[in-house]
Amino acid sequence: MAADVAGARRTPWVLLSPSLATISLLLIVPMMFIVVYSFWLRTATGADQVGFYLDNWVEALGDRFYRDILFQTFAIAFYTTVICALVGYIPAYFVANTPMKSKTFLLLMLMLPFWISYIIRTMSWINILGTSGALNTLMLSLGIIDEPIQMLYNQTTVVLGLVHYLLPFMILNVYVSLDGIDKNLTEAAQSLGCTGWQAFREVTLPLSFPGLAAGSLLCFVLAAGTYITPIVLGGPRDAMFANLVFEAIVTQLNWPLGSALSLVLLALLGALVVIYTRYLGVDQIAKSFK
Amino acid sequence: MDETKRYERLLTRLKDGDINRRTFLTVLGAAGVTAGITGGPMGMLARNALAATPEQVRFDGWGGVVSEAFEKYAFAPYTEKTGIKVVSGTFGGADEYIARVKAGQPGEFNLAHLSGVFDYARYHGLELTSELNEANIPNLKNVIPGLIEPLRKITGGTISAVPYDYGTTGIAYNRKYISDDEAKAKGAKLMVDEAYKGKIGGWGEWKTRVWYGALQSDQEPNAIKDIDAVWDMIRAHRDLALKYWSSGAELMSLLAEEEIYVTEGWSGRIKALQDQGHDIGYHDPKGGLGWQECLFVLRGSPMAACEELLNFMLEPEVAIAVAEGQSYPPALDPQKVELGKVIPTLPAFDPSGTLKELSFFDPAYWNENEADWSKTFSRVQRGY
Repeated sequence: MAADVAGARRTPWVLLSPSLATISLLLIVPMMFIVVYSFWLRTATGADQVGFYLDNWVEALGDRFYRDILFQTFAIAFYTTVICALVGYIPAYFVANTPMKSKTFLLLMLMLPFWISYIIRTMSWINILGTSGALNTLMLSLGIIDEPIQMLYNQTTVVLGLVHYLLPFMILNVYVSLDGIDKNLTEAAQSLGCTGWQAFREVTLPLSFPGLAAGSLLCFVLAAGTYITPIVLGGPRDAMFANLVFEAIVTQLNWPLGSALSLVLLALLGALVVIYTRYLGVDQIAKSFK
Repeated sequence: MDETKRYERLLTRLKDGDINRRTFLTVLGAAGVTAGITGGPMGMLARNALAATPEQVRFDGWGGVVSEAFEKYAFAPYTEKTGIKVVSGTFGGADEYIARVKAGQPGEFNLAHLSGVFDYARYHGLELTSELNEANIPNLKNVIPGLIEPLRKITGGTISAVPYDYGTTGIAYNRKYISDDEAKAKGAKLMVDEAYKGKIGGWGEWKTRVWYGALQSDQEPNAIKDIDAVWDMIRAHRDLALKYWSSGAELMSLLAEEEIYVTEGWSGRIKALQDQGHDIGYHDPKGGLGWQECLFVLRGSPMAACEELLNFMLEPEVAIAVAEGQSYPPALDPQKVELGKVIPTLPAFDPSGTLKELSFFDPAYWNENEADWSKTFSRVQRGY
């Protein structure tokens, strides 16, 4: 009997072991390497000096430059998330309230952008917003403008590129949440005198908050970690924190500092996830699921 | 399983009470953190690299028309002649490649088309240089001596690379908006001319920005006296620039689409634009930046096979064909080798073979300042 219990207790671990081994090998171990690297020093030749030095951490945490870019990164991620939430809710609502046959098609359409490389999708904006891009050409041919408008290579286009990239993540999260809401609840609210708008505001919207919250968290974290979009669509000043990590590691060949910077970003975003789930009242909002 | 199913299952587990809402959000957040951070720069460093075997050597280059020329005129005939396969890879920039090599194992990467002499010195500093047996590369005698000597100086008399081509980073401008006379009169200062605000570009690489900053502040780039004046010029350029480009393809696109009217540019790429019919002018200002590219053999490579490939690539007909393909003059000495009709028409070509009109990075000076200036440029670029 005791052997059976012990065996039953072991079974989940046996089943989980391939996944745990994979995660350890591909995520935990490399992360540990990065932690170790962050305490080394870069020498003048570009070689690394092995040891335990706090210089990189002092620089990463104490230098105003990194703080400013971090703030800029979070601001861009925040704008992106808000726009994704506002723009993404409507199509998610539409998909969730569409008959099943069309729903499958719409969900497939939603997945379609993932089949194309993120870099290609980002670069497509150059052909749309460029001086001789589609939008300028159209406005010129319609006589709306006399000469091309400079629309590319600024922070707005960086946010636009990020919204383009992240919108499907938001829509999917909100859709999943909306799709799980019992339609009878809305009908019940309306039968008790609510208008359509009131029923949405009082019933549907609160019940969809978990999806909105999950989508927002995902969009924010992914946006804050991006580095391709500012390179392709940003101007000389537009950079996000991951660009500094890239520069430290690739351009300056300063892997120890790059490691410290990447861990700072990881820690901050990890802390955000914890704070988000613990203190922002998402649990309270989600109680309506019960 | 598609993403929707994953989300649905996760949500179902939440609804069923198998996981709480905190865990639900944590799992989603952790997935985002992982994808957002570890999928970025570190992912790039983890690209697969093909290990070399005695039957093959790995060659990495800049991609685009340059790699096409190498593949067509050098590698295919070489493989046909020797049976040794050339596994060809590309990189986006010298910094990216050195990071990959540093992360790899000796012998994993063999030959690379690198910028000399600055990068050559960096590789030497990282103890990645090899020692070529020059007796196995008889065609080396045809190479311009002035291109080989700086390499010898760095590696104590031996060489780890053979010079292959050279070019300049001069001023490229759209003739529709900027005349040849204006470009010549203003020189490097054309790129800090407020009249072209929002239509100026520049290579987002610290060395080039510092070099041009020195020219714009009337200083000798290899002996800068007032670095603050250089940073001020870089700031002025930054505030007027629309975009820092990061690849030859991006440079060509920005000029061809008229997003920018003036930028520094690589002579071969500008020639390619001109050949495509774009009315782009090119001017090497006084003290303009010359550079050489070399075929570098990394430490741990199969030396005999690499030396054979280098000698093959230095055969005049091969080197000339590649040079015409990539629009950069070959490193062959025009005083020793007949270079045909096309090469003398390429920008930056020096018929004397001395290259005395060009200025090159002094590797000792620039390497000494690399750590400080590359870091400062990163800050200046972002508004500091």
